Amino acid sequence: MVIVGGGVVGAACAYYAARAGLTVTVVERGAVAGGTTGAGEGNLLVSDKEPGPELDLAVLSSARWAELAAEDGLGAAVEYEPKGGLVVAETEEGVAGLAGLAVEQRAAGVDAVEVPAAELTGYEPHLAPDLAGGMFYPQDAQVQPMLAAAHLLRASGAEVRTGVTVTGMLRSGDRVTGVRTDRGDLAAGAVVNAAGTWGGEVAALAGVTVPILPRRGFILVTEPLPPLIRHKVYAAEYVANVASDDEGLESSAVVEGTPAGTILIGASRERVGFDRTLSMAALRRLARQAIRLFPALGDVAAIRAYCGFRPYCPDHLPVIGPDPRAEGLLHACGHEGAGIGLAAATGHLLAQSLTGAPPDLDLHPFRPDRFPEHP
Amino acid sequence: MSQFVFEGRPVPFEPGQSIGAALTAAGIRSWRTTRFGGRPRGLYCGIGVCFDCLVTVNDRPSLRACMVEAREGDTVEGGDRDA
Amino acid sequence: MRDLVVIGAGPAGLAAAVAAATAGLDVALVDAGRRPGGQYYRHHAAETGRLHHDWDAFVRLRGALDRLTYLPGHRVWHVEDGFTVHALTGDRDERPVRIGARALVVATGAHDRSLPFPGWDLPGVLTAGGAQALLKGDRVTAGERIVVAGTGPFLLPVATGLAGAGATIAGVFEANRPYGFARHVARHPDKAREGAGYAALLARHRIPYRTGHAVVAAHGDDRVEAVTVARLDRDWAPVRERVIACDTVAVGHGFTPQLELPLQLGCATRMDADGSLVVAVDVAQRTSVPGVYAAGETTGVGGAQLSLVEGELAGLAVAEAAGGVAPDPAGVQRLLARRRRLRAFAAAMHAAYPVRPGWMDRLRDDTLVCRCEEVTCGRLAEAAELGATGPRSAKLLSRAGMGRCQGRVCGYATAWLTTGVCGRIPGPEDLLGTARRPIAQPVRLRDLAGEPENPRDENHPINPA
Ligand SMILES: Cc1cc2nc3c(=O)[nH]c(=O)nc-3n(C[C@H](O)[C@H](O)[C@H](O)COP(=O)(O)OP(=O)(O)OC[C@H]3O[C@@H](n4cnc5c(N)ncnc54)[C@H](O)[C@@H]3O)c2cc1C
Ligand SMILES: Cc1cc2nc3c(=O)[nH]c(=O)nc-3n(C[C@H](O)[C@H](O)[C@H](O)COP(=O)(O)OP(=O)(O)OC[C@H]3O[C@@H](n4cnc5c(N)ncnc54)[C@H](O)[C@@H]3O)c2cc1C
Ligand code: FES
Repeated sequence: MVIVGGGVVGAACAYYAARAGLTVTVVERGAVAGGTTGAGEGNLLVSDKEPGPELDLAVLSSARWAELAAEDGLGAAVEYEPKGGLVVAETEEGVAGLAGLAVEQRAAGVDAVEVPAAELTGYEPHLAPDLAGGMFYPQDAQVQPMLAAAHLLRASGAEVRTGVTVTGMLRSGDRVTGVRTDRGDLAAGAVVNAAGTWGGEVAALAGVTVPILPRRGFILVTEPLPPLIRHKVYAAEYVANVASDDEGLESSAVVEGTPAGTILIGASRERVGFDRTLSMAALRRLARQAIRLFPALGDVAAIRAYCGFRPYCPDHLPVIGPDPRAEGLLHACGHEGAGIGLAAATGHLLAQSLTGAPPDLDLHPFRPDRFPEHP
Repeated sequence: MSQFVFEGRPVPFEPGQSIGAALTAAGIRSWRTTRFGGRPRGLYCGIGVCFDCLVTVNDRPSLRACMVEAREGDTVEGGDRDA
Repeated sequence: MRDLVVIGAGPAGLAAAVAAATAGLDVALVDAGRRPGGQYYRHHAAETGRLHHDWDAFVRLRGALDRLTYLPGHRVWHVEDGFTVHALTGDRDERPVRIGARALVVATGAHDRSLPFPGWDLPGVLTAGGAQALLKGDRVTAGERIVVAGTGPFLLPVATGLAGAGATIAGVFEANRPYGFARHVARHPDKAREGAGYAALLARHRIPYRTGHAVVAAHGDDRVEAVTVARLDRDWAPVRERVIACDTVAVGHGFTPQLELPLQLGCATRMDADGSLVVAVDVAQRTSVPGVYAAGETTGVGGAQLSLVEGELAGLAVAEAAGGVAPDPAGVQRLLARRRRLRAFAAAMHAAYPVRPGWMDRLRDDTLVCRCEEVTCGRLAEAAELGATGPRSAKLLSRAGMGRCQGRVCGYATAWLTTGVCGRIPGPEDLLGTARRPIAQPVRLRDLAGEPENPRDENHPINPA
């Protein structure tokens, strides 16, 4: 089979497909992890998802990531850290909201531990003293996304062809039988569209529509510091933002330390197409929110900011599985702001689908032809 | 001649000199260690580009010694906040 | 809102600001340095000009600063379209400043271009420009027994300046063999005079000057104590080696223009003859972005005289576009002719002093490439194995260039090393991947957070002057 896209999703698909015995070639027009994966933060979150198909996928993926991390050397290579997430609320209503959400999340297999205000600094000593309470999610974890993609690809043993662009599909009748690239044709029993934000374009090469749009995000990176923040920490409004349909700028920053010593603050969410211009408004909000949570960060310098474009579908769910409109074509794209977290389960489910094994999760909510056709 | 205190010892400087220049003139070649390898560092680029020369001046961390003019009575320590 | 904000008070920025202000524009000149002059005219607080060529030109420009608002000690960290210049001032009690502008001249100059070698991170190893800056700006000689190495005519003022200040120069090691270059120098009387002056000084101070030689390693535990110097073949592969004792090494391989601000604005770039990425400008120093001009080394490394000419042309062009006094056509013609000559000279210089691929032969697996994140040559090779195809993707997989300096020091070398494994030499796209810095100077989160929501709604930009 051929996988189009060498991001974290393509890499996870390659890994699980190879493990299922398939021969895999990955075609990537740029470098490994050079797309949105190279702009992501590496949060593997279950905490920010409301009950539904995405949460089910996240819970499955969280377990798969833990398994991957336990494999020889892989956990260290991808900098897997099961550090847990702490969601905090500023008001009593916020705390109540968190508690309500946690009840539903627990029913889906999520571990959630209530943290009263007085115990917050036990989790995070530098947290602002005036927060109303929080919820701790031990399953929330972290990987370094670029290394994750690269090491999954390496472990898969797949042939990786960087600098090669897929320009068309090989067809036999309605069936997709391979890809056309700028370096020649590649025949394949199956083609997986793991082109992330560009998944719509790759789908169009096969004559099918998958509506994927970019949602911009900025991340702020601080100067390196001694360990200051232990978990992933964010404010409760974040959960509401993630599911929002608002076109404008929204963000509730996830604040966390990294093994390199820098603190990552991100990310904003805006629908502005592929515009890379630095948004002062986005940075300002990220900085404000980070200081609100950790007042000591006010004196810490940001040394870097970067942006990426999350691949999103109108219903905020990814597209996973075979395309009934084009036999031989499968999709694994559109994971929006959670593609790193959801990559492991996506690869796993896709491999099950390719080998005819019964899927661990119903793929119906993720089917590629669920959107109304546009002319 | 004016002086500032670097890690307990007086360092003379001429008015207008940077802290990094005064340290170098006093024979002090390094004042910070790297965070992974623990390697010593001092001036490299001399013009505020490389961030090798970081010092803490009067408790303000992560300043570039080659950019900050020395002032009488300054207390200077090597390193940034991660050291 | 100013008619013009000039960023950088080196030769180019000074000339631009003074020309525009003289033509009647309301100009602010913003510079990170404590004193005007940039790199070339860097000077001590009590300077007389003894160490400088062309000091008179500088004194004239400095004397004209009262025609404009000069803001020293202002580090620009971002420029927004429209234009809003975001700066930080105060070297310890830092505070943010914003300045609105109708037009911009970017004259941020360049910094030394570094090529790593084993031991280059030892204290006592400096850039050639760094040693020069210490001498000119602080009257401090970087050491007592100094080796000067790298490539380019800039090694000569560095070595002779240090010797004149009392240091022993253990040798100047020029990697190239620039035989044909003398012919070009001869065509420029002032350059010829300058060159003859250096030759006389080398002789007077008995400084050995060796072409086709390079420092290939520095030795010492916690400071440099000696270097290995090698004779090089045509491609810079080391042939014969010897060890020379020293306490300081000043190394430079040309300069890298500082492009973060023009790149923030979206200005088009091109690759210059020396293999550096530079801002593309037209005959009037206009960049591809309307209202943004660039002058001096940001548009191509060519020395202070070229920077002065380009700056003046940019200042005159901005003034004319703003409806100010039309410049005297004969004066402009003279400047254009001078720019042509100086650019031709710069091109000849770049051809005579290239960087050759053999510089990579001196690296070992454990040689640091990125000083900030301590990324070695071996780790870069690993990144390439993992699927990196150039410096940007190598950075994501190795952290090279992710530290405080944001790849300014290692970017050029990383570009060579990561394209080399793919059988290429760095192209403009590779260099772009190392040059984009949306935040050009560290800025405290408090200052970021405190930025008002709508800076451009303000009638009066904050102006401390
Ligand atoms: C600022 C920001 C922060 C984020 N933080 C997180 C986080 O903390 N946790 C999380 O889980 N997710 C996060 N995300 C989301 C996550 O980064 C993405 O969902 C994920 O990286 C998508 O991976 P992918 O493999 O689908 O896409 P990509 O990484 O974009 O890979 C797709 C690849 O396909 C290639 N391609 C496209 N077209 C072609 C073609 N025609 N031929 C060949 N190759 C082609 C592209 O070059 C690209 O490399 C964040 C995103 C952003 C922008
Ligand atoms: C360290 C060093 C020393 C040098 N010494 C000499 C020498 O002695 N003799 C010689 O012939 N050539 C020297 N050069 C070469 C020098 O680049 C040119 O001679 C000449 O100075 C170029 O003039 P310019 O106006 O283009 O830029 P520069 O003189 O480099 O001036 C650029 C100015 O912009 C400022 N700046 C840059 N970024 C920002 C920012 N973000 N915010 C605010 N201000 C900013 C800088 O502080 C600087 O003052 C040196 C170069 C370097 C890097
Ligand atoms: S010596 Fe490079 S920043 Fe000070």
